[in-house]
Amino acid sequence: MTEHVDRSEPEAGGAPATAALTPADAADAARLVAFGLQPKLQPARDQEYAELLRRHREDPAFARLADAVAAGLGLVVLEVSPRAGMAVTAAEDSVFAVRMGDYARRTAADSGDRFLHGLAHLAVAALAFPRPEDLADDGYIGRVTVNGVDAFVRQACRRLEERAEEAGENTDPATDAPGLEAAWRVWARRSATGATKDARRPAASTTGIVAKALAFLTDSGFLQRTGDESGGTYRTTARYQLQVRDMAAGAAMTELLELGVVPVTDGTASLLPAEDTEDLELVADAGLPFHPPSPS
Amino acid sequence: MTSPASTDSVPAQLSAGPRPAPGPAADEGLARRLRALACTAPLHDLDTRKANLAGEYSVYGMAEVALAAIDLVTLNMDFDTGADHDQIVARLIPRVAAQAPARPVAEHERVARWVLENLINVGSVDRGFRAVYGTFAPDGTYVRRDYDFKLIEEVPGPGGSVYLRTTDEAVNVLVGALDTDVTSAQIAAEVKLEVLISRGRLADAQLAAEQARYRTVQYSETLRRALEATRRNVRAVDWLNTVPDMIAEALDHVADRYRHENAILTNIRKARDETEEPEHKRRAAELVDIVKDCIRRHTQLQSRLLEAGPLFRAEQDRQAFATPRTTSGTDLYGHLLAPALPLPLEQALKVTDAFFARGTGLRTPVSVRVGDLVDILLTPPVEREHLGAEMPEPDLIATPDDSRFSEEQLAAATELLDLPSDAPRRLSGLLAEARRKDADLPYLVALLAVHAASPPVGTAYRQGEQKLLFAVDDGTELDDPEFGGADLIVGTALLDAAGMAADRTEAA
Repeated sequence: MTEHVDRSEPEAGGAPATAALTPADAADAARLVAFGLQPKLQPARDQEYAELLRRHREDPAFARLADAVAAGLGLVVLEVSPRAGMAVTAAEDSVFAVRMGDYARRTAADSGDRFLHGLAHLAVAALAFPRPEDLADDGYIGRVTVNGVDAFVRQACRRLEERAEEAGENTDPATDAPGLEAAWRVWARRSATGATKDARRPAASTTGIVAKALAFLTDSGFLQRTGDESGGTYRTTARYQLQVRDMAAGAAMTELLELGVVPVTDGTASLLPAEDTEDLELVADAGLPFHPPSPS
Repeated sequence: MTSPASTDSVPAQLSAGPRPAPGPAADEGLARRLRALACTAPLHDLDTRKANLAGEYSVYGMAEVALAAIDLVTLNMDFDTGADHDQIVARLIPRVAAQAPARPVAEHERVARWVLENLINVGSVDRGFRAVYGTFAPDGTYVRRDYDFKLIEEVPGPGGSVYLRTTDEAVNVLVGALDTDVTSAQIAAEVKLEVLISRGRLADAQLAAEQARYRTVQYSETLRRALEATRRNVRAVDWLNTVPDMIAEALDHVADRYRHENAILTNIRKARDETEEPEHKRRAAELVDIVKDCIRRHTQLQSRLLEAGPLFRAEQDRQAFATPRTTSGTDLYGHLLAPALPLPLEQALKVTDAFFARGTGLRTPVSVRVGDLVDILLTPPVEREHLGAEMPEPDLIATPDDSRFSEEQLAAATELLDLPSDAPRRLSGLLAEARRKDADLPYLVALLAVHAASPPVGTAYRQGEQKLLFAVDDGTELDDPEFGGADLIVGTALLDAAGMAADRTEAA
């Protein structure tokens, strides 16, 4: 839960001093949450929305009420501000949560496809916010393209392939244990695109998967489409940054830590070499890219 | 086994049972060869499966067409894009046609398409091939492994188009033994070419030149990838040593090759012009074309190399010199994506699933009323219109008439200026007369008179006009309360309409 919800508890004792809230206030609070459920709605474009946001900022009792309505609906409040609006997102197991099975049908049966769709979303975020500073900077607007995301992942896969070759590893998976195949190989061996009868991207190709992710994020109010170059170009919104920074990155990181993969970092922005990506990661804020001190 | 130094290890090995393979090194070599062998399988497969095609296709050498297709795609791979699908088919058709000249062109095209589609392996989800082979793991167990590869892959081009590129596997199948240092292999090929030419063995020289061109293409491809990565993230590429070294090396390479190939070009041209034998002449001419193409590719490579420096500086400005922030953020690539990719699929799935679940935002659930559902199900599908949506009726707004002069004034002025051809008049007189009719009219008359000072005679002549208004300045000063300048003589010139018509018919 976020700080907004936490706040209501310690202050609960002092709250009765303020004027009693009426059902009309509850209706307003619920309306604000309803605005937040329309992620493509811009606060600047709707006077009522902007007015409710102002009230949320200035009236602590109203703010607590709105946050409580959101929490009761199974929503997590990320931020309430004029730029992002009432930025709410679905809590785990909420009726508003997006399920992979609904997102793409093939993913239910095929773990490879399931991984590709998930990886597409991770890669979009990684390319939209390439440096830690970009994710932290509220004013930063990232730009991504369909072909750019695919090329970016392929590049990463190619590096892993080269490294495996240098190490003399045989990365071909055992036939009876597809789950042990290195994840990068799944992306690398899927075709990037293909010619189809109706001149559309094949949905199962990697650019098709990335395009689906970008279109979906656009519907979530996380991206705005800006053009058709490179398979479709998009720019990020404040909500996407919040979502990635406060929700997704942490959740994925927790999973990685549970797998025992990432060394626990001290939280600074320096790019610690994860595993042996030593030639990819360079010390942040150096004028020229220098290699970080080797961990071993 | 526990102590390799011990001489007792021999009986221990024997007691462990017969070892199935001499050692992991030999086994690795075997695996490499098995994979190389697998790459040729799709080509053999074509000839095996042609019998299954509807129709009598056994006359076609499918493997030959396939190799030719890989050749064509490799040679057409440009810096940015790949080869065009239809273009490759079109270029394949002559070879297919040569195999069965009596057959219809449609069939030739069908064969070419069939081969190309099978090289892409259109039917499979990955659009690639898979071969299964077995190796011995270090602990002696036998493991079957999947080897996935592609021969021709489809890549997105600019504007949503799809291009073909040959994969490294395909290039290796085609040219063979390319798993060597690009630069040195190319130098070797060049030297070979020079020697061959000096000995007059042009057939071999052509082969060597073509091989040199394949290597040039491969070299460009390596560079293209490096530059692409630079554009994405300056820090992903080592701009302190690796890239500057690579660029310097590549520029040296281009300069060297350019000099070298120009020398070869001069030599072959000489050979082409001096040789008596027509076969040699033809081969030398082909060789000239190949070397010219090599030079063109080098020039292209060089222009890319020159762009690399400014590109780095611009990206450096953008990425590195922004105000540093103290707040920490997650390094999505370094902390999440890069560590997740080498994981086994089962584990990586947990990471991507977690990111997906929290990173996609929310969807408001759709609730369906049964009444609506019935309506939806009963609605006939909307016909897709070829013509697109109906154009809305344009809302036309009458623009206000803001003309300086009215139609009546124009008529009055035209009447005033409709002078007899033998009686021109002074502008001052016309203006005075106009002023008597209407205070605004002199302006229009003056305007028309000034335009008449340089009448469009040619246009009037072509359009078959009978007469033309003209104005001539004879130096007299205009004496008028409103206007200054020359008191023009305004008159009408008659044009010879009949003569003009005759001229036109003659000209026609």
